[in-house]
Amino acid sequence: MTSDLHAPTRRHLLLASGTLFAWAYLPKVARAEGRDPRLLVIVLRGALDGLAAVAPVGDPDWVALRGDKALTLDGKPPALPLDSFFALNPAMPNLHRLYKAGAATIVHATATSYRERSHFDGQDVLESGLGKPGASDTGWLNRALASLQPAGRAGGGREAFAVGPIAPLVVRGPAPVLSWTPRRLPPASDDTLTRLLDLYQHTDPALARVLEERMGLATIARAGGMDAEQPRAAGAGQVRAYFAESAGTAARFLARADGPRIGALAFDGWDTHAAEGATNGRLAMLLGALDGAIAAIETEMKDAWGETVVAVVTEFGRTARINGTDGTDHGTATVALLAGGALKGGRVVADWPGLKPAKLHEGRDLKATTDLRAVLKGLLKDHLRVDDTVLASKVFPDSAAVKPMAGLLQRV
Amino acid sequence: MALDPKAEAALALHRFGVSPRPGSIAAIASDPRGALLADLDRAGAGRIPDTDLLPSGPAWRAAFAYQESQRMARRAERAMQQANAQGAGGAATDTKPPDMKPADQPATPAAPRLSPGPGVPQQLYLDEAKARFNAALGAEIGFVERLVWFWSNHFCVSADKGNVRQICGAYEREAIRAHVLGRFGDMLLAVESHPAMLIYLDNARSIGPDSLAGLRQKRGLNENLAREILELHTLGVRSVYTQEDVTRFANVITGWTLVGMREDPARGGEFEFNARTHQPGAQMVIGKSYPDTGAEQGRAVLAALARHPATAKHVATKLARHFIADEPPPALVERLAKRFLATQGDLKEVAKTLVTSPEAWEAPRAKLKRPGEWIIGALRAVGYTPPDIGLMMQAHNLLGEPLWRPSAPKGFTDESAPWLDGLAQRLDIANQLARRVGGAADPREVFEEALAPIASAETRQAITRAESRPQALALLFMAPEFQRR
Repeated sequence: MTSDLHAPTRRHLLLASGTLFAWAYLPKVARAEGRDPRLLVIVLRGALDGLAAVAPVGDPDWVALRGDKALTLDGKPPALPLDSFFALNPAMPNLHRLYKAGAATIVHATATSYRERSHFDGQDVLESGLGKPGASDTGWLNRALASLQPAGRAGGGREAFAVGPIAPLVVRGPAPVLSWTPRRLPPASDDTLTRLLDLYQHTDPALARVLEERMGLATIARAGGMDAEQPRAAGAGQVRAYFAESAGTAARFLARADGPRIGALAFDGWDTHAAEGATNGRLAMLLGALDGAIAAIETEMKDAWGETVVAVVTEFGRTARINGTDGTDHGTATVALLAGGALKGGRVVADWPGLKPAKLHEGRDLKATTDLRAVLKGLLKDHLRVDDTVLASKVFPDSAAVKPMAGLLQRV
Repeated sequence: MALDPKAEAALALHRFGVSPRPGSIAAIASDPRGALLADLDRAGAGRIPDTDLLPSGPAWRAAFAYQESQRMARRAERAMQQANAQGAGGAATDTKPPDMKPADQPATPAAPRLSPGPGVPQQLYLDEAKARFNAALGAEIGFVERLVWFWSNHFCVSADKGNVRQICGAYEREAIRAHVLGRFGDMLLAVESHPAMLIYLDNARSIGPDSLAGLRQKRGLNENLAREILELHTLGVRSVYTQEDVTRFANVITGWTLVGMREDPARGGEFEFNARTHQPGAQMVIGKSYPDTGAEQGRAVLAALARHPATAKHVATKLARHFIADEPPPALVERLAKRFLATQGDLKEVAKTLVTSPEAWEAPRAKLKRPGEWIIGALRAVGYTPPDIGLMMQAHNLLGEPLWRPSAPKGFTDESAPWLDGLAQRLDIANQLARRVGGAADPREVFEEALAPIASAETRQAITRAESRPQALALLFMAPEFQRR
């Protein structure tokens, strides 16, 4: 709670909403096995375009679908090959390196059970773990924690921490949660401003004019009066720094012997309706920042990296085709990115649905063939040793039919 | 009316109230105008109930006592430093840390200490600010609160002047709130005889040149308050008065001052009429001669000013400009002025006339909300009370409307254009607030409860399509329909 309402500069938009840990509850069973597992969940709010993050370059319909916006192995820059079928966005060299080293797994064509296209409701379902939006004020990660027996470690951070502005729903709930708020303010994102300007231009030209003027001034200020051609360049560095600091700090806490073992944070900004820029624009910048965040986690985890899983998830995917404004609209299936030394990685897990029009969900979205809950249940079961029945009833209620995905972890 | 009932209810709350909170629009949709009129008829309307806040006299004395103790503490500290320097007999060879007392010197018994924290004046100021914000956040409709804000700004003082800080909140309660639905003449008298105003506009030290004190001292007349009463508080600039009227009126109100603390510690800071500084003799003010009847002379002039048609016109114009439009409809101003004159300045009747006039509802929603209105409106929409009063104060400062601290006696402007410049800062605040509220509020519900009946399809779409709840809330707070009224 440092700067609060007194913003020293313009536009401190929300890109991340703090990092939350549950300290008192620890995976006791896993510890009894001589392990000390860590789980960090990163929620990407706004719906990540899974096809732009991990492209099915081996699918014959891929290039036809996205045209010159399609990632390809001979693109500029070229996509990073994962296997004979999938390739990673070139903005993510760290994740690629981890994948090659067996410490990253990609799950593709995955989605929650939510099939509508509202961000708020989609995030509700993703974070609550329930089948319907708005039904819960607790998150699945918290309920999973609450089911674990308190490990009763001596010392070790049961004391309250400063509470940040918002706890992501995924960690809210009965288990005691302490939060830490990054000291660095989220960097200015142009997304809210762009949306607001668009609204003003359609409804209130006078307000639009004022905001445009302010944007113009800020552009000059940001570019130091010299570099007005590329006004957005400075912002990318800020986003990158913010992602890395947030994730790296979370990792430093998780790495400590007396620290928490579970954490969650959220990064905003993935709602790429216009000028998506998968290879060298906005999405590439965000993916690069996310890649840097994963690298920061690996670095800060030090020896604990071998017992770590980072799960990067988003509320839903985006349309398979590019829309009329070089972006993508709200869709269905997407990717989940898993990284960490505890994984049995180097694989893309996908029951690929295909990209032909008839194969697309409602003729427009990548079809979901893997229930995201299966992935999360697999991690909770094999990594933290959350009980099967608890997973099916309390953590992801009414999900008995969705079996935990096996084989994600090195040790089972 | 052209508006459907819910739209009229939303307009009533945004234009005349402190913006909707969940349920407000539905609650008054059957009769929005009736609801505004009923707000005026509530028992205790305008007052802050059950308060521990100090009246201005005790507040003044508490602040004085604090300031005295601080002065003594500083003096004691200086004395001790000097004693240390001398007692050490040459600082260069002294190896003791400077904060240690020489062993042979006894500690000063019960030396007053500099106290940490904001200090009494600032604490009084913040307590009053909190009570004011809470009154607005807790209001059902808030029409009377808005009238309080209007009159408080019309008769503004500044916490930055002299010792006004410790009593500016009490001033609003005692001079403004007490009369907000009473007579203009009573409010005027309460305002101009209040210590806060007498200090703010320098009358407390104005001395009649021919008074007992004036004949003995070099100091003399100060015209500041007299001028602003005529120019800003009553008749209006360039109306019916001359420089001679200003000077003579200044003479009339010489002697309107405060009891000095040293003169009477029990009554220090209360209003008093000091005959020793009052200019003797009759004075001619705006065509009428007022015999020297002491304090009564000033009261008589104020009463005449309160009844003057120019005052009615001035006040009517300002009210209509504040609530309705930068260029208010002349017919509305005319009707308000007439009602003002016909009721001897009955402010409740004038307020009723305002909200029952068709022009007040027909004007386009073009006025930008003032920062304070907008901040309170945003907080009410999401049902959030900032845990720390400092955040509220900072937000007001950042948006250019620091509470009770206008830069000039004219108060904060009621025109929209100057406030437009702060739009980018509003986005900062909107983002910060949205972050704090976060996932706790569903933006779609907030939208339905606060804005939907008067919102465009584009605004609805922008909010429902936002990528996260905080972003949706920020867009809602920044929507034209939430910025304008």
